[in-house]
Amino acid sequence: MSFRILVLVKQVPDTRNVGEDAMKADGTVNRGALPAIFNPEDMNALEMALKVKDYHPDTEVIVMTMGPTRAADIIRESMYRGADDGYLLTDRKFAGSDTLATSYTLAAGARKLQPFDVLIAGRQAIDGDTAQVGPQVAEKLKLPQITYAENIEKISKTKITVKRRLDRGVEEVAVKMPVVLTAHSSADPCRPRNAKRLLKFKNARTIGELQNETEDYTNMGNAKSVHKISEWTVDDLDINPENLGLQGSPTKVKKIENVVFKQKDSVKLSESDEDIEKLMKDLITSHVIG
Amino acid sequence: MKNPLTVNNIFVYCEISEEGKVADVSLQLLTKGRQLAGELGVKLEAVVIGSDLGDTVKEVKPYGVDILHLAEDKRLFPYTTLPHASIVSKLFKEREPEIALLGATPTGRDLAPRVASTLKCGLTADCTSLVFGDHHDKKRDVKYENLLYQIRPAFGGNIIATIINPDTRPQMATVREGVMKLEKVSAPKDPEVYNLNVEEYVNKGDFVIDIVERHIEEKKVNITGSQIIVSGGYGVGSAANFKLLYELADVLGADVGASRAAVDAGFTEHERQVGQTGVTVRPKLYIACGISGAVQHRAGMEHSAKIISINPDAEAPINQIADYAINGKVEEVLPKMIKYYRKYAK
Ligand SMILES: Cc1cc2nc3c(=O)[nH]c(=O)nc-3n(C[C@H](O)[C@H](O)[C@H](O)COP(=O)(O)OP(=O)(O)OC[C@H]3O[C@@H](n4cnc5c(N)ncnc54)[C@H](O)[C@@H]3O)c2cc1C
Ligand SMILES: Nc1ncnc2c1ncn2[C@@H]1O[C@H](COP(=O)(O)O)[C@@H](O)[C@H]1O
Repeated sequence: MSFRILVLVKQVPDTRNVGEDAMKADGTVNRGALPAIFNPEDMNALEMALKVKDYHPDTEVIVMTMGPTRAADIIRESMYRGADDGYLLTDRKFAGSDTLATSYTLAAGARKLQPFDVLIAGRQAIDGDTAQVGPQVAEKLKLPQITYAENIEKISKTKITVKRRLDRGVEEVAVKMPVVLTAHSSADPCRPRNAKRLLKFKNARTIGELQNETEDYTNMGNAKSVHKISEWTVDDLDINPENLGLQGSPTKVKKIENVVFKQKDSVKLSESDEDIEKLMKDLITSHVIG
Repeated sequence: MKNPLTVNNIFVYCEISEEGKVADVSLQLLTKGRQLAGELGVKLEAVVIGSDLGDTVKEVKPYGVDILHLAEDKRLFPYTTLPHASIVSKLFKEREPEIALLGATPTGRDLAPRVASTLKCGLTADCTSLVFGDHHDKKRDVKYENLLYQIRPAFGGNIIATIINPDTRPQMATVREGVMKLEKVSAPKDPEVYNLNVEEYVNKGDFVIDIVERHIEEKKVNITGSQIIVSGGYGVGSAANFKLLYELADVLGADVGASRAAVDAGFTEHERQVGQTGVTVRPKLYIACGISGAVQHRAGMEHSAKIISINPDAEAPINQIADYAINGKVEEVLPKMIKYYRKYAK
C-alpha cells in the first residue's frame, strides 16, 4: 500500500521570541528583526505524514508553501527530514492575502497535485494564530476536514482513523479518503534532519533562487546536478486573479497599534507587617474581600 | 420553509457544550450581540444545532434573543463539521446577517472558517473587542458607516490590530470564552422560534465522519467566573511554594490562577493559565504573585477591578496596572496576608 500525502507548510516570523529590538519606535513590528522559522505545528504535520511513509515506504510526501522566494528554506528543511518533493507558490499577486485568498491559492496548487489521499496542514500559524487556512482549503476542495489531529491511528486506501485533541479530551473519528487534517501541537514532534538527505538536498533550489544566485541564469551549466524545487506562479495555476492577494481578501487591516495599558496610580507598599496589615484592613472595609 | 423576515440582523451561533447546554461563551456572545443589535437598531438572531434542544429557548431567552432557529436531529450531536457548516451556511445565505459571532472554541474555530469559505466572506479569529466605526476607502473614495471593528492581538500579542470587512457579509468573528461579559436583559421577551427542517439544510454527504470513540473529561477547573483570583508566576519558585497561594485562596474564598511560565514549569495545571493562550478573567480582585506582567498575560486579566502585585522588582510591568504594588517576596507576603485577613475578617 502506498499513499500520496500533501503537507502545507509556512514560513513565519518567530513571534514567540519578540525582543525589545523587534518593536519599532512607532509601535509596529520590525519583521526584519525576527528570525523566519518553520511554523511549529507544520512540523507536527510533516511528521504525521512521514510516519505513514515509515510504515508504507512507497508513500510520497510532498510539501507545498505559498510565500516569497526565501520560503524555499522550509521546503529544503522538509526534504532534509524526509519529504520527497516540494512546491513553492510564489507571485507578487499573492502578496497581502488573508486566509480566504491564501486558501484559494493553496487549494489551486493542491488541485494541480491531485490525486492525493491526505492533505495535512498545521492547526495554526504563529504569525496570525487564525487556524483558518486548513478548514478553508478543505472547503475549497470539497473535502471533509479533521481538525486538531493528534495521531493517525489507522490508514487504508479508502478510510482513515484519526485521534483528535479537544479542550477537555480526545475523540477518535473515521472518514473516507481523501481528507484534510490539521495537526495539533500535541502530535509527535518532527524527526531531526537526516545527514544523508542533508547532503542530497542542500543544493536544491527554486528557479527564483537560481536566478538570484547566477548572474546569467541562461548559462547554468554548473547547476545541472541541482535538484529543482518546483515554483508555480499565477500562470501555472487555474485561478481567477480577482480572488488573489489583497484584492481577493475580504478582511482589511484598518489599524495597527502598540499595546498600551493605562498606567494606574498604584499604591506602593513594602512587605512589612504594618503595610500588609493596613492593606488587608482596607480591602476588608471596602468589601473587596471578606 | 423560508422566513419572511427582514435581513441584516446580528447572528450568534450558539454552541451546545459537552453537558448538553448552550455554552457559556455563546451566552456571552448573545450579550455582546444584544448590545450591537441595539446600537444598529436591528434584531438579534441565534441558531442552535443539536440533538436535544428542549431547554434551549429557556436558556437563551434571558439574553434577549429576538429570533431563534433550532435545528434538531439525533445526528447533530456530538458536533461534526459538515452538517453544522451546511446548516449555518444555508441559513446565512437566506437571512444575510450583517454580523455573525461564534465562540473561539475548538468547535467554533473548526466551523467558522469553513462557513466563511463557503460564503466567501471575511473572518477574524479571537477578537478581544468589537465596536462600530466608520471607514473611508480613499482609493475608491467610498465611505462606510458602522462597520464592525474587529480588534484582536496579533504577532504573539505584541500588537493590536483592527480588522474590517468592508464589502462582504456577514462580518464574521470568533471570540474566546470570558472575553465578553455575561449580562441578562431586564425584561426578556419570548423569542420567535423557527424549527428548521434539517433535511432541507444538510447535504447527503455531510454525515461522512464517524465518531468512533470520545473521552471527554469533566471540567475540573474553571476560573473564568471567579470573583477573587490568587495568581502565581514563575517568581513563586516551586510547586511547593504554590501551596501558599492555595492557602491564601482558601481563606479568601478565591481561586488560583497562573502565568504561562508557572504552568510550563509544572507549578500548576494548564486550566489555570490566564492570558492570551489561557483564559480571560475579570474578577473583583486579582492578586499577581511573582508575575512580571508580559503583554500576553495582561491581555487576560487587565479588566480585573482591582489588582495587587507582589514582586521584588519595582520595575516589573505588572506594577503599571496594579492598584497596589507590594515590593516583596511571595514567601514573605502571603503568610502575612493570611494572618491579617484572619485577624480582621469576621
Ligand atoms: C504567543 C504567546 C502567547 C502567550 N500566552 C501567554 C498566556 O496566555 N499567559 C501568560 O501568562 N503568558 C503567556 N505568554 C508568555 C509571556 O510572554 C511570559 O513569558 C509569561 O507570562 C511570563 O510569566 P511570569 O511572569 O510568571 O514569569 P517571568 O517573566 O519570569 O517573571 C517572574 C517574576 O517573578 C518575580 N519574582 C522573582 N522572585 C520572586 C519572589 N520570590 N517573589 C515574588 N516575585 C518574584 C520576578 O521579579 C519577575 O517579575 C505567551 C507568549 C507568547 C509568545
Ligand atoms: N502561505 C502558506 N503556505 C502554506 N501553508 C500555509 C500558508 N498559510 C497557512 N498555511 C497552512 O495553514 C495552517 C493554518 O494557518 P493559519 O490559518 O494562518 O493559522 C498552517 O499551519 C499551514 O499548514
